[in-house]
Amino acid sequence: MIIQDLMTVESQQEIAKNIFEMKLTGKLVGEITSPGQFVHIRVSDSFEPLLRRPISIAEINPEKNEMTIIYRAEGRGTSLLSEKREGDTVNVLGPLGNGFPVEETLVGQTAVLIGGGIGVPPLYELSKQLTAKGVKCIHILGFESDQVVFYEEKFAALGETYIATVDGSNGTQGFVTNVMSELSHDFETFYSCGPMPMLDAVQKAYVHKKGFLSFEQRMGCGIGACFACVCHTNENATDQAYVKVCSDGPVFPAGVVQI
Amino acid sequence: MNRLAVTLPGLELKNPIMPASGCFGFGKEYGNLYDLSQLGAIMIKATTEEMRYGNPTPRVAETSSGMLNAIGLQNPGLQGVLTNELPWLEKFDVPIIANVAGSETADYVEVAKQISKASNVHALELNISCPNVKCGGILFGTDPEIAKELTAAVKAVSSVPVYVKLSPNVTDIKAMALAVEAGGADGITMINTLVGMRLDEKTGKPVIANKTGGLSGPAIKPVAIRMVYEVSQVINIPIIGMGGVTCVQDVVDFMSAGASAVAVGTANFVDPFICPTIIEQLPAKLDELGVDHISELVGRSHRV
Repeated sequence: MIIQDLMTVESQQEIAKNIFEMKLTGKLVGEITSPGQFVHIRVSDSFEPLLRRPISIAEINPEKNEMTIIYRAEGRGTSLLSEKREGDTVNVLGPLGNGFPVEETLVGQTAVLIGGGIGVPPLYELSKQLTAKGVKCIHILGFESDQVVFYEEKFAALGETYIATVDGSNGTQGFVTNVMSELSHDFETFYSCGPMPMLDAVQKAYVHKKGFLSFEQRMGCGIGACFACVCHTNENATDQAYVKVCSDGPVFPAGVVQI
Repeated sequence: MNRLAVTLPGLELKNPIMPASGCFGFGKEYGNLYDLSQLGAIMIKATTEEMRYGNPTPRVAETSSGMLNAIGLQNPGLQGVLTNELPWLEKFDVPIIANVAGSETADYVEVAKQISKASNVHALELNISCPNVKCGGILFGTDPEIAKELTAAVKAVSSVPVYVKLSPNVTDIKAMALAVEAGGADGITMINTLVGMRLDEKTGKPVIANKTGGLSGPAIKPVAIRMVYEVSQVINIPIIGMGGVTCVQDVVDFMSAGASAVAVGTANFVDPFICPTIIEQLPAKLDELGVDHISELVGRSHRV
């Protein structure tokens, strides 16, 4: 169930350049049902900025009622959020959307998890749940440069992890697709989250595989009421078929959403 | 005595608070969060004769204390609304105000005729003010004579009272109000969004794909209050006021300006529970103001 919760900041730290990891506790955590869901955060009590900020959930710890979010302090809203300190409270709406289907990969199978930039965080909880179940996870994570790489070791602790950076300062020089093309393993499923061009490339490269993509769109309400985040689907040629990223997604089976 | 109950043409409201059209979908999303029967009424998303996909994205952009939107009247079309959306709302004890949109008189008339027969639709809100679609009503909303004729045409076929939603994007809002009143409108809802634009900091180009969008949120409240204040003094039909309402004090302000009921728009996106929260806080606000019944507030800004 979606609730509005005044969550407590347990910790906040900059884990890479302008990339913040925030741990929050509250009863909302008990409502999270799948990795890849997101929360909608009010970063200020005033109307400046007015709208909430959608941020994906990177890790959950149900025993402690704690969740981790990782975000880039880029605009006004996320910069304000980065100023929150331990003990502060944050108005959080969630959990929102439908996450990655862990059940689509069976015990003993292999899954490739491909993330780009600030699309990487939700793959961490996904990988934790997949590996806990007995799925072998291979991670391919793309970043601009080594300065903004995060969670490399945490992913490596769960499975093989390959890094690609645009400037070559960490791992393979180039994009996740450069790593993908050299990958010798076979796998059953892929899961991906990142910028549109990356999702497009991943989808095209693995057209015969079963995969799930998490999309990002400019959002208003986050619950499906405002129709700001709609995307066309490939369902038919009428141009009328659509999905709402916030409430129908953000995760869709590969091929469903027109990129 | 229910201190919050308000009676308007076609509408017996438990309280004067209702979500504004376009900010509440067809209710389902909010119905998952709270009991919609708490609301005074619901103004559902605009319905056009045919299904509409709407505008390309990006469709929204944040601004100082507000937001721009150019959704483009995306909706499942008249038949979709009649078959799927309105029946779902029947389980709630709440009157529905159906927002009717079109691009020519014939579309408005067809939608109004059919949707006004739905059992839970107690009033229509004629959308002559959407700034975001080509030939999408804005012309009807800026020319008094055309607005009057359209109002009369819709009034002639509607089975329920007709409210007309005014656009603030006019030189003389009073002339528009008087024109639709002369056309037979039972009430006025105001204001719709103000046409605006935001440019991308890096490219210098408009952020919204439609280039312009409708400005809403707290930023527009002073404009809305001024317009309700002016219009309420020249017409004899009730006003449902809206524009930047976020809290119980804003409701008091709109009623003081001359509105008989108040709609909450953009604030639903910020706090989805805002309508029930305001309703819950209203009685204490009336106590604070020393007012027995909420209707005593109406028009006190200009009452002698």
